[in-house]
Amino acid sequence: MPALTWVNVFSRLLAIQGSWNYENLIGNGVGFCLEPVLRQLPGGTHGPAFKAAISRESAYFNAHPYLAAVAVGALARAELSGVPAERIERFRTALCGPLGSVGDRLVWAGWLPFCSLLALVAFGLGARPLAVLLIFLLLYNAGHLALRAWGLHVGWTRGLGVASALANPVLRQGPAHLARAAAAIAGVALPLTVAHVVPGRGSVLAVVLIAAALTAAVLVRLHGRVEGYKLALVLIALFALVSVAR
Amino acid sequence: MRELLPLALLGGALGLDVVCFPQMMISRPLVAATIAGAFVGDATTGILVGATLELIALATLPFGASRYPEWGSAAVVGGAIAATLQMDRAGALTIGVLAGLATAWVGGWTLVKLRQFNAWLARRQRPALDAGSRGAVAGLQIAGLTADFVRAATLTAVSYLLLFPVSYATLGVWSFGDRTSRAVVMGLAIAVAASAAWTNFHSARGARWCFAAGLAVGLLVLVAR
Repeated sequence: MPALTWVNVFSRLLAIQGSWNYENLIGNGVGFCLEPVLRQLPGGTHGPAFKAAISRESAYFNAHPYLAAVAVGALARAELSGVPAERIERFRTALCGPLGSVGDRLVWAGWLPFCSLLALVAFGLGARPLAVLLIFLLLYNAGHLALRAWGLHVGWTRGLGVASALANPVLRQGPAHLARAAAAIAGVALPLTVAHVVPGRGSVLAVVLIAAALTAAVLVRLHGRVEGYKLALVLIALFALVSVAR
Repeated sequence: MRELLPLALLGGALGLDVVCFPQMMISRPLVAATIAGAFVGDATTGILVGATLELIALATLPFGASRYPEWGSAAVVGGAIAATLQMDRAGALTIGVLAGLATAWVGGWTLVKLRQFNAWLARRQRPALDAGSRGAVAGLQIAGLTADFVRAATLTAVSYLLLFPVSYATLGVWSFGDRTSRAVVMGLAIAVAASAAWTNFHSARGARWCFAAGLAVGLLVLVAR
């Protein structure tokens, strides 16, 4: 893939969810990302090959937005190699599930909470606001952008054989390692954050932490029935009402 | 209210980051509330609201088509309100967090409506898409991005416009002390974060022991300081 086209596709990948909807999910986004590559098909943008490919690639597709880069790279290779349309469509369907579940576990349930909790540790230790933001944004996006770039590269180089790349140790074992690391960081971050926000020491802090532990236990028991943020919204609203009314 | 327009634009840009572009997590409450606080002249207050909302946000991960709160615009509203009200007044953190949570809840609903709007646009463009029109593909993408920016900016402006006067009036009659107010909000935020950590990580082998070890380290650091 020419360097300029690669940059064009990569920058479009950042907007792959731009028209996310309940009908074709990120399908239109995939077509949008592939468009610069498809211009190289015989006949250019007015040729029948381009029109057939853009129509095919804008159909329903679902994947984690970062790992969708793997699909975009592989589909670009397949379209330029003249792979039959039926095979490309079967490949697209087969790729949806794995790219969604692997990405969700690796990024949303692993990398994001890990970086967020690490930034909260820095906050709890008294780091300046700018330092906290830089720690979070630089660390998170180092992983984020590297994952997208790797996905596009591996998809492009392996084409329809890209499924084997999903056996990469980072994708297979990364979520479990990240979960352990994030759990450890969570343990450090929670008391430090409380101490940084709530003035006073000793007994006040102990009461807050014990009350929080008991409430957390109730929330874990109610998992799936009560959303934490909604419960927090209701209870803080009640607290504000009492404060105003008394 | 001179800050309304810049805050709305900031909310639009950070709200766009949640789903559409560029998903670099500048929309996380820790980041968005701090930037909003800095916008109105008090980043330190902004980050206090941001850290509290961030703990609560750990329980809502943006999995695919599920409905989740929209934290980008919400954190802008919460951080800006608390920073404008001045954090040294009892209740300011509580009110900022409450404003953020309420906006996040409504923001989740607006995201659903945006997705329905995008689906309607896609249906209208179906013949052009089937014919392989590159203009239709790019047009849908640009329309979706624009609509999301407008959604988030409008949400920020309306929330700030409605919630700021209410917050100001509430703070005038706030009766609990600063320590109690912060302790209640932080206790709830920590509880939500701890339950989210348990739910997310407990299935990984050894994660419980990692959490316990981390907690011991955190408490030791507190005792040592």
